[in-house]
Amino acid sequence: MSATYPKGAIPSAAGRSVVNVVLAGLGGQGVIKASDILADAALRAGLDVKKSEIHGMSQRGGSVTSDVRFGRAPADRVGSPMVPAGEADFLVVLAPSEVEVNRATMRPGGVLIAPELVPEGELANKRSLNVALLGALSTYLELPREAFMEALAAALPEKLRGVNEQAFELGRKLAAEHVTIS
Amino acid sequence: MDRKLLSGDEAVALAALHAGVVLGTGYPGTPSTEILEAFSELGGHAQWAPNEKVALEVGLGAAFGSARTLVTMKHVGLNVAADPLFTAAYTGVSGALVVVSADDPGMSSSQNEQDNRRYAIAAGLPMIEPSDSQEAYDFFFSAIEMSERWHLPVLFRMTTRVCHSKSIVTARESGAPGREAAPAPHFEHDIAGRVMIPAYARPAHRRLRAKLSEIAAWGESAAADKLNRVEAGAPHGAAVEAGTTLGIITSGVSYMHAREAAPAAKILKIGLVHPLPLERARAFAAGVERCLVVEEGDPILADALRAAGIAVESKSEMYRFGELDVQRVRRIVARDETPEAPPARGKPPELCPACPYHTVYATIRKLDCIAAGDIGCYTLGVLPPYQAMDTCVAMGASIGVGLGLRHVLPLDQARRVVSIIGDSTFVHSGISGLVEMAYNRPATGHVVIVLDNGTTAMTGQQEHAGTGRLLDHNPTNKLSIEAVAAAVGIESVTVIDPYADPDGFEQLLRDRLASTELSVIVARRPCILAAADIRKWEQQAAAIRATSADQAAFDLPVEER
Repeated sequence: MSATYPKGAIPSAAGRSVVNVVLAGLGGQGVIKASDILADAALRAGLDVKKSEIHGMSQRGGSVTSDVRFGRAPADRVGSPMVPAGEADFLVVLAPSEVEVNRATMRPGGVLIAPELVPEGELANKRSLNVALLGALSTYLELPREAFMEALAAALPEKLRGVNEQAFELGRKLAAEHVTIS
Repeated sequence: MDRKLLSGDEAVALAALHAGVVLGTGYPGTPSTEILEAFSELGGHAQWAPNEKVALEVGLGAAFGSARTLVTMKHVGLNVAADPLFTAAYTGVSGALVVVSADDPGMSSSQNEQDNRRYAIAAGLPMIEPSDSQEAYDFFFSAIEMSERWHLPVLFRMTTRVCHSKSIVTARESGAPGREAAPAPHFEHDIAGRVMIPAYARPAHRRLRAKLSEIAAWGESAAADKLNRVEAGAPHGAAVEAGTTLGIITSGVSYMHAREAAPAAKILKIGLVHPLPLERARAFAAGVERCLVVEEGDPILADALRAAGIAVESKSEMYRFGELDVQRVRRIVARDETPEAPPARGKPPELCPACPYHTVYATIRKLDCIAAGDIGCYTLGVLPPYQAMDTCVAMGASIGVGLGLRHVLPLDQARRVVSIIGDSTFVHSGISGLVEMAYNRPATGHVVIVLDNGTTAMTGQQEHAGTGRLLDHNPTNKLSIEAVAAAVGIESVTVIDPYADPDGFEQLLRDRLASTELSVIVARRPCILAAADIRKWEQQAAAIRATSADQAAFDLPVEER
């Protein structure tokens, strides 16, 4: 079951040891690009970080998930590169069909960031949904905004930077208004 | 310090560059493909071979010439390369030869989940296994050092999660066998050492086992602490079982899962998985009340330790299958053998909507063919809606399997057998199948369809000999599939674009199935994902050709211009 809560009711990830994020979607949606940007932002913030996914078949339109884990070493060094089932603090989903199949990856009280957060038509380029949802995710994380901006700049060609920075800000704004938790 | 977030594959490429590897070769295969691509992007000399056997032979030749050499392949690729591998263990090398075997437990993109640690035992070669990207980087130097010290090929075993996971790597600044220390390639005769006639091979076998004994002794010593190490449990970690000290012996990515699943456990982490540090393991096991082996795949560590008389506990048989993760290791520690929840079933992959092969599979289904298939994207033709593939076993197997069916089936079935193979797979190991087809021709003839989309699509669009471009996409000689087919004795060779002319394709296939001739149909149309890149590279190649034609004209004597 999921319900919409005002933001204040969401338990913060601050203070937890290692933050576990699972990103999910379909091949071609930019799941892996989004997880690369998130992991790079964590790296730039000086954290220990690991990310893992299976991308053998990712270009063929099938389900894709990517795990990103980060914490402050040495106390919160990341072990396994994979988020254990039922321990994701955040589940970021790019395709409506992928919400239910991945729900069990979340811990009780984990935060679901679903594609419906960004209404159709609000994005200048619908291919930047991945970055918009990262923007939403960023409102829960203690990662500096500059780390995300640097990671975005490093991951995307110059001509796509503007539209993706807008998407990131849109995601931040929408997350501030409402969010869905499990 | 320069911290980089690298995949294990990228870390190996960076280490190869820093270690002065002068040649990297291999054949694309998930999860190993990105190693040579990254090595090339970093400025290393990397090339795709037609298959893993040739890659290993090229690497071996380079290492006979005293070069530092890297050869990469996926686990099943080592089956193809096994023939030279076993005897290269006898000949040894003059330079360094590191052979990466990228295993795929859980079969994310493979036809089996064979555990290639067995190859180290079978061939008698040292094998090193990293757990994350930093170790992939650091251990690669160890592999080079060992290869040069003992003049042996060294197997470097990675798995999907080590190859594709990204973690932080701090590259070494100095103190490595860097470019400066790399010996300049040169040749010295060593006929008795490299010509494996029985008279020279018999002493070579003894030399190999003597080297392995030396390496085993080294692996027990403090000199090998970087590879094999004991870690105390975290003092603040909760005891896993009250009153019991737990010791875990592990290697590879399983170490990462174990460290997290059992933070209080003592761990013997093994980086040199062959030959094993048995005495270290014996002492370790004696110092804990419960000694558990945590390993993915086959119980190879556990069996070896038990054979040496060391009392260890192994995982239950149910954990032989698939990847391990933190949760599964917790279950292993808890001796939990209750059924596991089935993994979430997402959307399976499928042929791209604009894939040129849709027509081919629709036709094969319509004509009720018996389809011997092969390895690549086009294997997806087995899934609904087409379900138009009856066999898929190994690279290149479509042709031999199709011929076998043609030889024995009753006529009405034999006439419907087709072999379906991709362009890169054809180059890899389809050509010898065609030779067999021409040599031992079935009474009903045979039909081979080569799906030529101009790239190695499955693994991410790598070049091969049939594309006419090198690993870095620069132009080179281009193998002609139709010319090869004609040269081996195939009577009917037709090239057709099945996407542009679906009716023509159907008519052609009907015609060829009705004939008793040997037929090859090259169904040629670029992969939809690669088409734009292919056009770009062709334009670049044309520009290079134009420039060099101008240059050639300029180089001629004036009167000939």
